[in-house]
Amino acid sequence: MMEHVPISHVLMVTSTMFFIGAYGFLTRRNLVTMLIGVELMLNAVNINFVIFDRYLYPDQIEGHFFALFIIAIAAAEAAVAIAIFINLYRNIRSIDVEKVDNMKY
Amino acid sequence: MATSAIIFYTISGVMILFSLLAVTSRRILRAAIYLLFALAGTAALYFMVDYQFLAAVQLIVYAGGIVVLIIFSVLLTTHINEKLEKPTWGKVFITATLALGGLVLTLFILTNHEFVLGTKPSAEATVSVIGERLLGYQAGGYVLPFEVISILLLAAMIGAIVIAKRNATKS
Repeated sequence: MMEHVPISHVLMVTSTMFFIGAYGFLTRRNLVTMLIGVELMLNAVNINFVIFDRYLYPDQIEGHFFALFIIAIAAAEAAVAIAIFINLYRNIRSIDVEKVDNMKY
Repeated sequence: MATSAIIFYTISGVMILFSLLAVTSRRILRAAIYLLFALAGTAALYFMVDYQFLAAVQLIVYAGGIVVLIIFSVLLTTHINEKLEKPTWGKVFITATLALGGLVLTLFILTNHEFVLGTKPSAEATVSVIGERLLGYQAGGYVLPFEVISILLLAAMIGAIVIAKRNATKS
């Protein structure tokens, strides 16, 4: 793949994916769908790490380890976030961001 | 056009299509399934650059773990036939403008930047190399982040259990 596809094309795909995730994060009002947007953004950044590593520094594998650690942190983040959503739903029967303003005042 | 290029453009088309569907679908469960396809496409990209271990981790943790977690939380918190209400046109317009503006700026910089491609032969990321690097304490070893992240995962696990546990005094 690396001989036939220029790096800028791969980076275009990942930046498109990143901004689609940002769009989803900003338009959605349900917390779970906002989490989906965040996962898309994390994923796009992850691909960027791997692609920069493979195209620009092919003799090293540091991007591989960055991607591994990001995946681990994303898993931890998703677990805690979903625990919070479930607790929230139990307390106020909704996971709509517009209704989650109890702690503001 | 080489075969790998055709495969790459197909995969990226699928990934972008399913990412768009995941953020616009009005049924949450479908959005989660579309996310699964986008993440599987990412794993395919990792396979294409010869990072088999990373692709396997991506499939196991993202596709197998996070998507299942999201689906479970959807089942616990929303009714299965419930449709999300449409975001207002003004909100869609402003957000789409912001996202498109950022995308255009990024693409402009990307296309104008000269990338200096590496010429050295590419290193093999076999499982033994990964294991030695992850547990290595010499230069280039990752044993400290490895230990820190294991503590983080433990803390996140305990935290998730404590937060999601039913409060004993209330019920």
